[in-house]
Amino acid sequence: MSETELGLALIATINFTIRYSVPITLGALSGILCERSGIVNIGIEGMMLLAAFTGFMANVTLSEPQVSPALQAAPVRLTLAVAVALLTGGLLGLLHAVLSIQYKVDQIVSGTVINILALGLTGYFYRLNAPTLGKLPNLIDNPFGRDSSLELKLADNLTLYLPYDIGRIIFDKDLITYLTLVIVFVLGWALFHTTWGLRTRSIGENPRAADTLGINVYRLQYTNLFLGGMLAGLGGGFLTLAAVGLFEQGMTTGRGFIALAVMIFGNWRPWGALRGALLFGFATALQGQLQQFGIDFPHQLVGMLPYILTIVVLAGFVGRAQPPAFSGKVYETEG
Amino acid sequence: MATTAQSRPAPDVSPQHTTTLWAQIWSVLQGLLIPILSVITAIILGSILILLNGRDPITAFEGLFEGAFLEPRGLLLTFRNMTPLILSGLAVAFAFKSGLLNIGVQGQLIIGSVMAAWIGFAVEGLPPAIHVTLAIVAAALAGGLWAAIAGALKAYADAHEVITTIMLNYIAAQFAGWLISTGSDGSRPGPLASPEAVTDAIARTPEILPSARLPVVYTVPPNFELHAGIFIAIIATVAITFLLYRTTFGFSLRMAGYSPSAAKYAGVNVKRVTIMTMLIAGCLAGLAGGIQTLGVNHGYEANQSLGLGFDGITVAFLAGNNPIGINFSALLFGAMDAGTTRMALNANVAKELIQVIQALILMFVAADQIIRRIYRIRATGPGARLKISQNK
Repeated sequence: MSETELGLALIATINFTIRYSVPITLGALSGILCERSGIVNIGIEGMMLLAAFTGFMANVTLSEPQVSPALQAAPVRLTLAVAVALLTGGLLGLLHAVLSIQYKVDQIVSGTVINILALGLTGYFYRLNAPTLGKLPNLIDNPFGRDSSLELKLADNLTLYLPYDIGRIIFDKDLITYLTLVIVFVLGWALFHTTWGLRTRSIGENPRAADTLGINVYRLQYTNLFLGGMLAGLGGGFLTLAAVGLFEQGMTTGRGFIALAVMIFGNWRPWGALRGALLFGFATALQGQLQQFGIDFPHQLVGMLPYILTIVVLAGFVGRAQPPAFSGKVYETEG
Repeated sequence: MATTAQSRPAPDVSPQHTTTLWAQIWSVLQGLLIPILSVITAIILGSILILLNGRDPITAFEGLFEGAFLEPRGLLLTFRNMTPLILSGLAVAFAFKSGLLNIGVQGQLIIGSVMAAWIGFAVEGLPPAIHVTLAIVAAALAGGLWAAIAGALKAYADAHEVITTIMLNYIAAQFAGWLISTGSDGSRPGPLASPEAVTDAIARTPEILPSARLPVVYTVPPNFELHAGIFIAIIATVAITFLLYRTTFGFSLRMAGYSPSAAKYAGVNVKRVTIMTMLIAGCLAGLAGGIQTLGVNHGYEANQSLGLGFDGITVAFLAGNNPIGINFSALLFGAMDAGTTRMALNANVAKELIQVIQALILMFVAADQIIRRIYRIRATGPGARLKISQNK
């Protein structure tokens, strides 16, 4: 074991936790927005997957040699790619809205349609080894150098460099990571302190009453599902445009469902979702690090944790999850 | 009675419906109209996708048909594919009849598969008939108990079955993954991992003993076999139909589906019915998994039945959750899956196209208003107002 191993592992764990939690948080926010508006969204997984794909393909298309250099410049190209991912998510959100509001399809079935559709479409249009000109760069690079940092030797195998190590956690991140934090803050505030938030929560709790008060329930549901879809789309875009830089078939590997778990775990609140995502991310990161230190604990059993915890919370064994009262039901206006 | 596919006029609810033979046949045809048009519309949209990729849809669907029905191997594959689809479709439909949406078929199926594999390789010295039976029953029970968790959570903790079954799916997948993990990443191999698989790429259990294999009904040379699972699926269909429509339990189950409060006032123990419904649905899913293990894979390997659980939802909804109808929609889906290889080969169309088509089928069947609007079909008949979507 080299001397700095524990220090490195610490930073790696924290950074992994953050990277893991970004798409999960965005997915959970998508779920929150939809469920607060009275529509259950189990299609987050599919929205993420398809958006990850279209965002990536936009990046691939714009990276082709015949495209004008003005469009190929990293900021323009990647902004367009992220926009495509957002739009894809938003459109799937609208599809979910049309199916479950206009056609009164069971919301779970509609979500399932989106999941299967995304899996099929991405598989069908998938191209092996499509090249791009690169993914999202770090928004801010670490301003601190390691050489100029103070070396703190806390133990034989634990050395930290300050402020270099802190810089590695706070800076060196892409745009979407910072944006996620902003969105959590904005949504957490807007949902509980604005007229829009009050209306959204009211149609999720009691649409009849909201309708009586003159709130256009359906229009608000459509808007919020579009926004919710965009959030899931951003989560998908993060995977292919910021984290991995490549698309692989079925690459969301259940993140949309972990997001659902996190949403419940966080009691349908944005900050709670962020906390839950960080917690699950930390468990996953820790498990990976433990293995490197020769501690043998099966990662699958750690992987079960989010799901078990969700059931525990949902069943009211610890605390009590409070879903929006009308979530998942069909609302029909009178007359 | 079992033929009221889509509109489901609920015989115990509408006694005023005159039942002359022609009226019955007409209502059956009416019921079939939406599913058939849904399939056709989905195929048309699929063809557009094929055209978008610059390929020929006619060649593609000819290839699909050829691969699914005309080649002996393909026909066999169709039957082999439809077996677990019938059972997972039944697992969804049975739960749905009592108002429960069983999204957890995938997990129940995995638990059943693993259980069958374990009994299959670990129990030695039994005569074949007993060994197979034991493994099948154990698989069904394991799947049933797994699903009963969700049922109990619904009944006693008011936890929504959709969320708990989704979570149980992932728990099952991770748990099975651990049981068979190869240990190639330096960790200890899982307790059920095959000793030979440690060096292999795919994690799996040891091969089941010959005595635990499902008997082979038909062999296409050189070694393509059809196992007897299809008969189990058909027997299950009959049993479930009987249970639903000819027993007190089935009646209270359906009543709980129509109106839980009415059922409660009528003296039905809704909590018990919920748990029992999930248990039986889980048994069907476990059976599907067990059959895959004992008849096709001869062991459990990672990701062996990926997506089967969700296909079950589509299969069930395409048949309007009618047990007999499920056999036909499973046949359709089994054939689609069987024909993809030939389709990919003949027309150079990626096999995921089928998944797109299946998703569209589910969408159109569930949103039948879209189909009604496109083809200008008016909703008629006593059951027409009772749509799938409103049953909850």
